Amino acid sequence: MLPEVKKIPSRFRNALGKYRVTITKECNNCGICLKLCPYGVYKAGSKKPRVAAEHLCLGFPCSANEFYCVNKCPEKAIQLRLNPAFEILGDRRWSPDLLASTWHMAETGEIPYQGLNYKTGDSGGGFDKLRFIFPREKGPEIPDEEVSTAIELNRSGDSRPGVRIPVPFYLGGMSFGSVSIVTMLSRVKAAAALNTFCCTGEGGYPEELIPYVDHMITQVATGLFGVSEESLKRVRIVEFKYAQGAKPGLGGHLLGDKVTPRVARMREAVAGSALFSPFPFHSVYSVEDHKKHVDWIKQTNSRALVSVKVSTPTDVDMVAVGSYYAGAHIIQLDGSYGGTGAAPDIAKKNIAMPIEYAVPKVHKFLSEEGIRDKITIIASGGIRSAYDMAKAIALGANGVCLGTADLVALECIRCHHCESGRGCARGIATTDEQLTNLMELEWATQRIINMYLTWRRQLVSILKRLGMKSVTELVGRFDVIGHLDYIKQEEIEGELEL
Amino acid sequence: MPAKYHIHTAQAANRFQLITRSGVIAWEEGCLKCPSCVKKACVYKVYEKRGIDSRQMLESLDSVCKDCFRCVQGCPKQLIQKGFNPSYKALGDHYWTPEIISGLWYQAEAGRIPVSGGGYGGAFSGPGFDAMWTDMSEIVRPTRDGIHGREYISTTTDIGRKLMALEFDETGALSVTPPPVVEIPLPLLLDMLPWSPPGMGIKLAILEGAKSLGTFAIIRQSDFTPAMKEYLSNIALYIDGQVSDIEPSVLSALRLIELPYSKEVIAAQNTLKITNSGLVTIIRMDLSPDSAEEVVRLTKEGAEAIHLVADEYGLEKSDRPLFIKERTRDIHLRLVEAGVRDQITLISGGGIAMAEHVAKQIICGSDLLSVDIPLLIAMECRVCRRCKEGIACPVELEGVDPVWGASRIRNLMAGWHNQLLEILGAMGIREVKRLRGEMGRAMFFEDLEKDIFATLGRRG
Repeated sequence: MLPEVKKIPSRFRNALGKYRVTITKECNNCGICLKLCPYGVYKAGSKKPRVAAEHLCLGFPCSANEFYCVNKCPEKAIQLRLNPAFEILGDRRWSPDLLASTWHMAETGEIPYQGLNYKTGDSGGGFDKLRFIFPREKGPEIPDEEVSTAIELNRSGDSRPGVRIPVPFYLGGMSFGSVSIVTMLSRVKAAAALNTFCCTGEGGYPEELIPYVDHMITQVATGLFGVSEESLKRVRIVEFKYAQGAKPGLGGHLLGDKVTPRVARMREAVAGSALFSPFPFHSVYSVEDHKKHVDWIKQTNSRALVSVKVSTPTDVDMVAVGSYYAGAHIIQLDGSYGGTGAAPDIAKKNIAMPIEYAVPKVHKFLSEEGIRDKITIIASGGIRSAYDMAKAIALGANGVCLGTADLVALECIRCHHCESGRGCARGIATTDEQLTNLMELEWATQRIINMYLTWRRQLVSILKRLGMKSVTELVGRFDVIGHLDYIKQEEIEGELEL
Repeated sequence: MPAKYHIHTAQAANRFQLITRSGVIAWEEGCLKCPSCVKKACVYKVYEKRGIDSRQMLESLDSVCKDCFRCVQGCPKQLIQKGFNPSYKALGDHYWTPEIISGLWYQAEAGRIPVSGGGYGGAFSGPGFDAMWTDMSEIVRPTRDGIHGREYISTTTDIGRKLMALEFDETGALSVTPPPVVEIPLPLLLDMLPWSPPGMGIKLAILEGAKSLGTFAIIRQSDFTPAMKEYLSNIALYIDGQVSDIEPSVLSALRLIELPYSKEVIAAQNTLKITNSGLVTIIRMDLSPDSAEEVVRLTKEGAEAIHLVADEYGLEKSDRPLFIKERTRDIHLRLVEAGVRDQITLISGGGIAMAEHVAKQIICGSDLLSVDIPLLIAMECRVCRRCKEGIACPVELEGVDPVWGASRIRNLMAGWHNQLLEILGAMGIREVKRLRGEMGRAMFFEDLEKDIFATLGRRG
């Protein structure tokens, strides 16, 4: 059973939208605009209506409608214009439109109607230039309920239990200390509600998370912080993090200020002292060493699946094969453009390849090796939307792992200053008590649930248009996806979605 | 083990107010005078710290603001907005972009490498250096210790010709004289500027910068003044006049000389060697479609080092120019094919704008690079090029203090050095010499697109 959507408005007084609506002095408070607007932009006021939710305004395209308030206002007192602050939001990967779309989904559980591009960003390549090729002729109508978005994570055929999740994604690791306890808990609770998983990140987890242990993935990272027999035994999936896309080949550094007494206790370290996560695992210098790692987990927890998270070097396909033969159930490919934590800009941009290349490369290689059916490929690092997710699957992944999208659902605006001063000024990635209090747990949990429910609906509609009844049919379907630079509408039978 | 190369950095404040990407626009009219005004609640205390720079009549607000939008979203009357700063968009040009310029300013000021959260936010790829990615290694050394701790990643580079083997006579004594080699601790030379405001301050800042970094600044013979004599061990003198005009004491103290390319350049090199046998000569030539052939020929004739210079956009001299990295790959591979690659030192310059360009250009076959415009940007240059027209510099570089300028250059180069270590560390490479020509440890946009995206959408 999937959870329900509940409307969860912005926690800030003025939500950010593409348009600005203002009511001038000429207003005589006749209330016509209030009655006309089906989107709830206005609220009644004593002297004139209040513009309570301009981010819900349909904008200029509304002029075609009967209910267009600007024209219907008898006093011509309503001004509609583009919000000048909108264009400075976000970046090329997370365009203002994509941010606002994600906020809309998190607030309403609906696909945005304001003319926002919720399918691609503005990066000029990769996912942003990949399009689905939909069949021209409609097949028999498939009811939504008959479309399955579930995937099985244990494809190895070994004696360990199967782990089936109803959506083809789980949530990636963000450690306690890098994000607030509210952020951490809300992600885990949302994962539990959606019956999927959330990784803990390095450094263990506070006791508040224990009730959700069936939906948690314990991460074993290079610093081995927070790794204990208990934390390995109580979960259904254990993840080895060899590298991460945000800083491939580089280690982690938790600043002394962030090592609060609570963080220190969990990490068995000294409060106030900076903690380094080295790179790489000092116990692994060969694929044989890697197998010992996997065996260690398998010995410690007889029911756990083992996931191996790696970055995307030139030989990522060989790395994936090595992981499989070492006994991993899941290989997570973390592309170089993703990540949430602080990292050198030079690493984020230049080191290792984008996930859009890595996934098909690995999928093809494992298929040729004859082992593709025995391992689950999870793509992460730069998946921003339902469309990115569906494209990653068509490129060869079984499912995806998300992180940044959750933060955007919590109203991250991607200012990239997670580490400045007291941490995130919007209270998402901080341990500062006052800033942490900017966000309530129930609010945050439901925002994430709303967004993912909307993603799932979009995925279902993509699958239906492709005539598929299960997301598992989409895996590695290079024929239903094309790149705008290399394929023209004239060359194909189907319809290239633009 | 030799002492670890370390560049001393220290905050070197901006003289002028930063040009930021966006600005705060706040109205007073209609203000409700809330007791708990959002301006007071600013996490970064932007409004408390604000001040007016009286020289420029500019506000400090925008250089402190970090775009969290809390005040924009909190003001009950929506009196605070943020907007694009048109002066930011106008910085530089298509190649020297506002993002590159402001990134260089940050490093020159802070002496730290740019670090940020939230993943990458830029374009998927782009022309030139943005069309390649560098490799990483999941499990090999060096560890992060190699970057910050016990182990050592060397960025030392040699300039000069190399023997492929030593020879000994029957008594066991060395029967060949190894040619002179100049060793520098980082693979960067500070080059002559393609344009710059007049004044000695800029040149002295570059010289002082070269000295404190342990590298060389290339100085025109015609610009050389007696005041520069104290920097002789950090000067590569570019001969734009007659060698006979150089004072003998100067000539004998120099370790590097750069000769402009000509038909007789090898003869000129040999003449110089007679007066100063410890000297290494570099032949400077424009990068062009003929470079590969010329470089192979010069190498066979005994050249020691060749400096191939592209224009300020990294383009070679041609009607249909190739970008520096493409042409360098061609030259490197031709030298390998001719079996002489290791005899010669290849220096590349022109369009080197960021630390990542250093690593990528070395991967494409250069031994070391020369850097020019970033040295000016380190001193707050806005790449407006007004100095080319003889118009006064908006950041008054004519009268720049050489000590301050040198500290800014040192900070920037320290940032580049550290970023080079990050790239090398991620690849598991312990010396920059081994990075040269390692094209197998890089991923090129054209190859990946062809292999992966170009085949999509086709049945069967």
